[in-house]
Amino acid sequence: MKYDVVIGLEVHVQIKTKSKMFCSCPASFGEEPNTSICPVCTGYPGVMPVPNYEAIKKTIIAGIMCGCEIPELSKFDRKSYFYPDMPKNYQITQYDLPFCQRGEIHIFGKGFSGNMMEEKYIHMTRIHLEEDVAKSVHFSTFSGIDYNRAGVPLMEIVSEPEISSADEAYAYLTTLKQIMQYAGISDCDMEKGQMRCDVNISLKPSGQIEFGTKIELKNLNSFRAIHRAINSEIERQQDILLSGGKLQQETRGWNDDRMTSYLMRVKESAHDYRYFPEPDLTPICFSKEDIENLKKELPELPEIKAKRFVSDYGLTEYDAAVITSEKNLADYFDDGAKKTSAPKILANWVISELLRELSNANISINEVKISSDDMAKLVNMISINTISGKIGKTVFAEMFETGKAPEEIVREKGLVQVSDEPEIESFVAKSIQENPMQVEQYKTGKTAVIQYFVGQVMKLSKGKANPQAVQKMLKSKLDA
Amino acid sequence: MNIDLKTLTISEASELLASGKISSVQLCSDYIERIEKIEPEIKAFVYFDKESVLKSAEESDIRRKKGEHFGSFDGIPVSVKDLICVKDQPCTCGSKMLKDVHSPYDATVVTRLKEKGFIIFGRNNMDEFAMGSTCENSSYYPTKNPWNLNRVPGGSSGGSAAAVAASEVPASLGSDTGGSVRQPAAFCGVVGLKPTYGRVSRYGLVAYASSLDQIGPIAKDVHDAAILLDMISGKDHLDSTSLDKEDVCFADVVKSAGNSLKGMKIGMPKEYYIEGALDESVFADIKQTEKLFKELGAEIVEVSLPHSKYALASYYIIATAEASANLARFDGIRYGHRSQDSNNLHELYLNSRKEGFGAEVKRRILLGTFVLSSGYHDAYYLKAQKVRTLIREDFNNAFKKCDLILSPISPCPPFEAGTLLDPLQMYLADIYTISVNLAGICGISVPSDIVKNLNVPLGIQLIGPAMGESKLLKAAKVFEDNRTIRKFVPNL
Repeated sequence: MKYDVVIGLEVHVQIKTKSKMFCSCPASFGEEPNTSICPVCTGYPGVMPVPNYEAIKKTIIAGIMCGCEIPELSKFDRKSYFYPDMPKNYQITQYDLPFCQRGEIHIFGKGFSGNMMEEKYIHMTRIHLEEDVAKSVHFSTFSGIDYNRAGVPLMEIVSEPEISSADEAYAYLTTLKQIMQYAGISDCDMEKGQMRCDVNISLKPSGQIEFGTKIELKNLNSFRAIHRAINSEIERQQDILLSGGKLQQETRGWNDDRMTSYLMRVKESAHDYRYFPEPDLTPICFSKEDIENLKKELPELPEIKAKRFVSDYGLTEYDAAVITSEKNLADYFDDGAKKTSAPKILANWVISELLRELSNANISINEVKISSDDMAKLVNMISINTISGKIGKTVFAEMFETGKAPEEIVREKGLVQVSDEPEIESFVAKSIQENPMQVEQYKTGKTAVIQYFVGQVMKLSKGKANPQAVQKMLKSKLDA
Repeated sequence: MNIDLKTLTISEASELLASGKISSVQLCSDYIERIEKIEPEIKAFVYFDKESVLKSAEESDIRRKKGEHFGSFDGIPVSVKDLICVKDQPCTCGSKMLKDVHSPYDATVVTRLKEKGFIIFGRNNMDEFAMGSTCENSSYYPTKNPWNLNRVPGGSSGGSAAAVAASEVPASLGSDTGGSVRQPAAFCGVVGLKPTYGRVSRYGLVAYASSLDQIGPIAKDVHDAAILLDMISGKDHLDSTSLDKEDVCFADVVKSAGNSLKGMKIGMPKEYYIEGALDESVFADIKQTEKLFKELGAEIVEVSLPHSKYALASYYIIATAEASANLARFDGIRYGHRSQDSNNLHELYLNSRKEGFGAEVKRRILLGTFVLSSGYHDAYYLKAQKVRTLIREDFNNAFKKCDLILSPISPCPPFEAGTLLDPLQMYLADIYTISVNLAGICGISVPSDIVKNLNVPLGIQLIGPAMGESKLLKAAKVFEDNRTIRKFVPNL
């Protein structure tokens, strides 16, 4: 029996704003517990919410970037349930009139596992805005609640159950993250809880229309963990179904260290959240004109940017995808590319050298000491043969270390490539003189031995000789 | 000079202070003395801090001497209902649940009063969380009607109305969700104003039903009510449902009201005056009022509010639904009553709420939870919202034919204490006031007569369209000037 996998993702993204959703407390991370709080976000008697329009604007921008419809009328609702992390025992969220409806995420190319994915659009049901809840911390004999997080603006992004593999889920999430970062909506740092994801997953016999029993996966702390958890869950469900077993609707937690999931709870009777419109807030209206104005402010979508890099800079699709995977990296490259006639070489340097060093140093592109200007200069020096590619690597290493400009390093260390004929000529002559055996070989037709001479000349010139010039001169001397 | 507190209004006190004939300390001391004398009988207050009042009065007198007073009302005491937050004061909403809870901040209305130099004089008793019409649902003690101690003062702002009627304070701020300012004002023979929804910021008013709640003044006369409305109304960035203030001074409108209602059309809804719906005394009072309005030059027109009969049901669904969420935060986790014998979180919730809330509050929370439950939500809550829209339209249509609407406040005079035991009977008595809240419009209760054999006052209600307070106050003032009840005060 073959099974189809059906996955839906529910993603929560904290919106980057100065203050919380309904009060003026700072929406910061990592403060001492219960220091960024006020009567409003702790639900004191008599307080009222005041909406944060920056958060609303960013939600709408996220929606537009995901191709959502933005209804002219939206409103907030109350969702009731009792839990100590809920200051009011109801959450202000959106029920039937969210800010964004029906969007899509385009996925394509090579998946996380290395296999090619079928190009497709994953539809999203909606994006709505709500307030985050507080954080519970459990100690041995008691529990504590940190209300710093309570009231931080939170977007909930719900996908349709159209994802059919771990690779697709991974691609959906990275694309979503890219969009959020591109638009400055969120940094989507999962470790800081800025992005959280619940996975709903079920299997059904291939071709069957009705969905199978749905399992919810929680406690997923990285995209990698999500990929692993989905594959593990597909396997688990398949094993049960193939052995004639029956699945029960349940919520499972993922233990990434042990690479297994565990049962958290069997689905109790459905929660009754008793939604009703939030009477403390008036409905929010957006005219078509408001939306058009917001569209003018939109950043370029990563996918569009990648296409532009291919057409304008001659990058391969793969290189363009790597560079646009992160907005700051794409901007860095874009800036540099405008200042060089060899953007393709710049792309190679960024991908092979820069990204490797960033990863070794475990820092982000924002923290790199090399300016995009200097990176372009380095590439220019290589492309017009001021220095060789090999010297270039030495110069780059020092730039990465110190942030010095490449021309300064080259000048200080005397690394300028030697294309000057008399000087090269003396090295060439010396190499021919010192290696009679190789000369003999060349003369008997083993012309490939010329590379040996090139190596000798480079050694003599301490790498500064222009290899092309060397090769040309060697050839003329040896053929003479 | 000697101050006659029994008739003293805010505007008179302001003149006496300005002329230097009295000081704020003297004024407040006289009120304190009166409270100490009659409060054991009336029980209109739940919190009163003599020391801090006198300290504020001294500060006010110093400001005035230096000519640095915050306007003409600096040094005048005003009390608030026990659900309006005043920084560092308890705010218990008449409930055991919040017995030891102090407010960490001032309500916007309190900030605005303090900015004008008013002294927050104490906190008035009320039905627990504003749920009740008698002031007997307080977890402290019932408040008595100053006119007749065997009668209730009305509710839920019964403490505010009784305190003003008994001249323990010149004015008080109450809150009106379904008549809670207007009805006790009528029962106690004082003026009570329910402003248009959004006119006064609700920030710092502990919510009962957020889409209906509105803070309103209870005062000795229409002029004082207008003064207080001037002070507390206007847009507040902390309440996004609050409305901008138009460029008008209500106190001036009242002062220049004149003595004629010529050109004004007063509507009388035919649905309100059906045989047997009203107590004889109330019916007679309305008839007399109608006659007086005609004599004052107003034209009486019949109007229709066809959906009135659904107002009560609609109100008790919407109000309780909102209350069930608003009161969910009282769970013993962060503040308020926490049950001491609970073994787990679930028990802590159940026991804290069981011990902290009174019977009427529990009844309304249950009702509200029920009408929002899946499977019932559409049949009750959604239907009630639709009815609410129809009721609003009824008023819009009526106001095309008239300027103001005349109606009773309560179908009967103040109830005898301890007799209104059937909650449904109590809900039914709200019939003439709740529509105003559902429609979000404004209404005022003005003393109209005294029921001689019971020695209790009656009040009539004038209802105005949204933002129609100017017209409303003007008519109320002309009516007030032409009724003699103004001169009567309870014999205390």
